[in-house]
Amino acid sequence: MSGDIRFYGAFKDELGLKTIPSRRIAKDTYEIFIGPQHPGSGHMRIIIKVDGDVIVEAEPDIGYVHRTMEKLGEIRGWIKPIPLFERMAIHDACNITLPYVRAVEKLMGVEAPERAKYLRVLLCEINRIAAHLYGFAIFGIFLGHSTMYMWAMGDREVWIELAQELTGARLTHSYPVPGGVRRDIHDEYPDMVRRAIRYMRKRLEDYRKLFLDNPVIKSRLEGVGVISKKQVVELGIVGPNARGSGVAYDVRLADPYEVYDQLDFEIPVFEEGDALARTYVRVEEIKQSMNILEQVVDWLEKHKGEPIIHESVSSKYGPVHKKVLQEQRRAKLLPLHATMKVPAGRAIGRGETARGEVIYYVESDGGLNPYRVRIVTPSARNAIAFKYALPGHKVMDLPAIYGSLDYFPPESDR
Amino acid sequence: MAADKLSTARQRAEEALKSIGVSYSVEEGANFVEFIVDVARLKDAALALKNAGFGTVVSVTATDYPKKNTIKVVYHVTSMIDDEVKGAIIGVGVYLPRIDKPSMPSLTGVWLSAEFMEREVFEFFGVEFEGHPDLKPLLLIPPLAEKRPLRKDFVVREENIYEGVPFSNVG
Repeated sequence: MSGDIRFYGAFKDELGLKTIPSRRIAKDTYEIFIGPQHPGSGHMRIIIKVDGDVIVEAEPDIGYVHRTMEKLGEIRGWIKPIPLFERMAIHDACNITLPYVRAVEKLMGVEAPERAKYLRVLLCEINRIAAHLYGFAIFGIFLGHSTMYMWAMGDREVWIELAQELTGARLTHSYPVPGGVRRDIHDEYPDMVRRAIRYMRKRLEDYRKLFLDNPVIKSRLEGVGVISKKQVVELGIVGPNARGSGVAYDVRLADPYEVYDQLDFEIPVFEEGDALARTYVRVEEIKQSMNILEQVVDWLEKHKGEPIIHESVSSKYGPVHKKVLQEQRRAKLLPLHATMKVPAGRAIGRGETARGEVIYYVESDGGLNPYRVRIVTPSARNAIAFKYALPGHKVMDLPAIYGSLDYFPPESDR
Repeated sequence: MAADKLSTARQRAEEALKSIGVSYSVEEGANFVEFIVDVARLKDAALALKNAGFGTVVSVTATDYPKKNTIKVVYHVTSMIDDEVKGAIIGVGVYLPRIDKPSMPSLTGVWLSAEFMEREVFEFFGVEFEGHPDLKPLLLIPPLAEKRPLRKDFVVREENIYEGVPFSNVG
């Protein structure tokens, strides 16, 4: 294998980075295939070349769970892609489908009522907390910390139950639809949310004692997998991974959607750029999401009975649908939505999921199907980090870096 | 607020393109704007936009138009750090002839964040990027990539759930 090693050093020097040691790399490097069956790596493979114990080259090999989302999005009408796109990140379902719904709304020229916007934000933040806890659980087991796995997975259940109470489904909610949302909350719901928040605040203190302030965990994460601010911008890394490197980029602030511009919250940013900083960002984001939830349920309590779906939809309701909407507060989609047409045009929908920015480019030619749906998910953008952040580290650090990036293959492969 | 940012971004991009003398046509979307340039000047245009602050590619979007016999490739870019234009999406793109292997210069040397996305466009549309450091399929296996799945002439066949099962075995 001698002679065919590509040096990334020159590329990195140009960016002002020094992750590869300047010494010569031995000619007899080993190639190690990690994944795709490895329990730690999930449905992806990383091909690394090692000099002794040091990774000199890494190549993420993704696509094992590619499910042709973009092609299927072109042949199933405008509504059916919503449950389809959810499958990219099922535990982050509202966040990942909302931008698509918003892009379609933009093309149709409708805007969801205020209460529907708050309800969307409510589910988005519940999803965000649940997705971060899921990430923590996986991260814990990567580091051999099985208690963290059990705790985070257990506490995630609290938020999944909340989502279930709101939408009727634990994971794939299909909650936002063009024009509004499908269900309203019941009277006890705000108190359920407040109870969950009280519980989670207490638990985060436990997490800190057990996991975040644990010297073993710290020694495995501190200074590991450093991604500099410049590298983040250059590679296009998004989400908590960008904010862990000092880039204050969050779609909720950069291009506010729904009611995020009316809510009071902060975007936690850490400057260190290592695995520990990325972990801290997620903890702080859970706290911020809980602050948002408190404001949202307060607002929802004060504005009971307001419409949850745009009148272009509800005005077509027959008596039965009207009754369901008034008495059970459920908005149904009519059969005519299956064959609805959307005016020709192009729109970009974007949102901040738990893992970062998701982009939908939706093009309509005025027909029954979208002409083109281009999806760029946060994990798809973060995949490139493996190639440029791993070299220079020891093989032992790979699970820590992988876990800290919170990479989710089904989302990345689309 | 978002509209202000977009108009600032648009103004800045137009100035950058004019300063290097690239001719362009503007195509507007609902909340973004695209500058279509000549293939020969694409790299210059990209470099000018990068120097104007648009440092990150959010999507390399290709679209197939069999009726117009063309494939459009647009780099949607934004800035992650410049507060004036942060979050505004502009695009720089080209129209390519709809042939088996259309070719265009790779912009990975300008925007490193386009590296994997160009590989995606390569496998789904068959567009070859000259000068790409490692042009090979990203998500698909090579035989499938040969079929250019996202072109419009690739039709998804609806499968019967019992397909391939002899009739007598059903039920």
